[in-house]
Amino acid sequence: MTVLTKNFRDIELRIAKLNLPQGDWATEARTDALKRLRSVGMPERRDEYWRFTRPDVFNQSGTPPATVSAMEKEIVFSQVDALQIVFDDGIFNAKESDTLALEYVSIDRLAESSSDTHWAKSLYGQLETNGQKPVPRPLGSLNTAFATDGILVLVKGSAPKPINIIYNQKEETSDVTLHHVVRLEAGAELTILESGPAAARLNNVIEVDVADGAVFHHIRTQNNTKDNHVATHIFARLGNASTFKSFTLTINGKLTRNECLIEITGDDAVAHVAGACVGDGNFHQDDTVFITHDAKGCESRQVFKKVLRNGAVGVFQGKILVKAGAQKTDGYQISQSLLLDGDSQFLAKPELEIYADDVICSHGSTSGAIDEDALFYLRSRGISEYEATNLLTLAFLAEAMDEIEDEDLREMLTRQLEGWLERHRG
Amino acid sequence: MLTINNLHVKLEEEDKPILKGVNLTVEAGKVHAIMGPNGSGKSTLSYVLSGKDGYEVTDGTVNLNGQDVFGMEPEERSSAGMFLAFQYPVEIPGVGNMTFLRTAVNAQRKSRGEEEMSAAEFLKIVRLRAKELKIDADMLKRPVNVGFSGGEKKRNEILQMAMLEPKICILDETDSGLDVDAMKLVADGVNSLRNSNRGFLVITHYQRLLDHIKPDYVHIMADGQIVKTGGPDLALEVENNGYKDLLAGVA
Repeated sequence: MTVLTKNFRDIELRIAKLNLPQGDWATEARTDALKRLRSVGMPERRDEYWRFTRPDVFNQSGTPPATVSAMEKEIVFSQVDALQIVFDDGIFNAKESDTLALEYVSIDRLAESSSDTHWAKSLYGQLETNGQKPVPRPLGSLNTAFATDGILVLVKGSAPKPINIIYNQKEETSDVTLHHVVRLEAGAELTILESGPAAARLNNVIEVDVADGAVFHHIRTQNNTKDNHVATHIFARLGNASTFKSFTLTINGKLTRNECLIEITGDDAVAHVAGACVGDGNFHQDDTVFITHDAKGCESRQVFKKVLRNGAVGVFQGKILVKAGAQKTDGYQISQSLLLDGDSQFLAKPELEIYADDVICSHGSTSGAIDEDALFYLRSRGISEYEATNLLTLAFLAEAMDEIEDEDLREMLTRQLEGWLERHRG
Repeated sequence: MLTINNLHVKLEEEDKPILKGVNLTVEAGKVHAIMGPNGSGKSTLSYVLSGKDGYEVTDGTVNLNGQDVFGMEPEERSSAGMFLAFQYPVEIPGVGNMTFLRTAVNAQRKSRGEEEMSAAEFLKIVRLRAKELKIDADMLKRPVNVGFSGGEKKRNEILQMAMLEPKICILDETDSGLDVDAMKLVADGVNSLRNSNRGFLVITHYQRLLDHIKPDYVHIMADGQIVKTGGPDLALEVENNGYKDLLAGVA
């Protein structure tokens, strides 16, 4: 077999200015992660899952600048009664954050958890390691090695309110690496909200371990300015009869790559991953999802909708892997784009790989323009072309938005979309 | 109110004339019916009046209360008082019927410089109108026309008409796909909207709709022209003898 020689020099260039944090319980995991990274190399365009998205900006040492919005930032989830945790350019803002205390929940910070027996030791970098097979996720390893902070959340019961992580970008060339670890013990429940452009360049990882019967919800808005570069990974492991539901809304950003890698290890578990994005012009948004069914009677669902305009590019790479023995799997996957002009592009790679014989799996992928008949129908009732197009655009996104169970949260994100449409007339 | 003068229309993409000099005036308070065989240009007339793409007006004018219709976008025509009840109402997944109705009502009000209708007022009126048309709360909540039966779609058209209170209502084969009961319900809805300020142009294939919506005038359209005009009796003549005899008589 020919081994493609990777340009391993890229790694040394990429990490030249980074320091591997030393002297705490995570050091071993960080060292291992760096080894993993050195064994696979940085992502390259010829890697199977980087064909549609240029990884260059994540490989270079310097950070391309991203404008810091001068406007007073609207905090998306400000109306939600939640425990608020604020990071400014990846640095914990104690003043703006609530006390890290919540009933049934213990919250520590990665940067300030020196105890050598921390519970997160058995997870940090572990789910990321599991997620490296069969496809390497080098940016995930890079993150585990060099993450400067993040939250470590251990949930032992039903959390009385969500954790709301608010990211602020302060500097034009901030380069941020954050790594969160969440462990829900049997029967526990938690919702995590995330919002904001975190940095000019962000590498964000969440490892989520959902034990038997536990329920985890994740709602995220990536409301970027036009220049942000963002790479995120969610590495999740699901136990028996557990539930994992994650939704991401991406607004603006020059390049966003969201990977979600889920390993279903317990029977009768449910995993839903969904996303909506709206992009205008210099916008490249990539959802890469890999769900492994390794247990019986589980349900997984991927729903992604992208609205693209003025040369914007949307990418979807979604895979459902059903291992031998994962009988009665119910897998569903849909990815659709609404191209508002002829310049925009949607690139999709839907995949099913099935080794069990008693499963239901389906996938679909479509690209389309605004339905002219519907547009005329609305206009014939006095609705302007602009307003009618907006109505139809929101209608297109509705199937993805409906994946957000909580009506209030869905409403908040829909308002974000309406705001975007208002700001991007014609 | 609505004056169509020497209207010539062809398909935009091919050199095929469809309307070849239509002349028609619909006065306020009157109901005009247009009947005619398949392919005579009846539906084209309704689309051209409401501003659908794909047609080219090669000659003639249409005037709505002194305004040149062809100088207006479809939404402007609507705000000016034109309403087309579609032969095939369009299904719009993801847009709630209620949201649609309210957006339409308020868009028209806004364009006329009127205040938007409050949510409470809107709800009150829409419930009242819906009840008259036997449209239940579920139909109002569902996405526009999605999963509606043929009859429900047509009733939904009449509900929109009732909410928008147009000056000129064009009904394009509103009876198609309706059973007798549904047709009666739709006709009752239309009749309740008849008044001295509103004109109707009812396009239909069959006379049976005209048993329920009594026209003041009946026009026969053939090969892109109105070839005969008469009173309600003309519709009966079509019913009894078919278009063939009638058209033979004209020629």
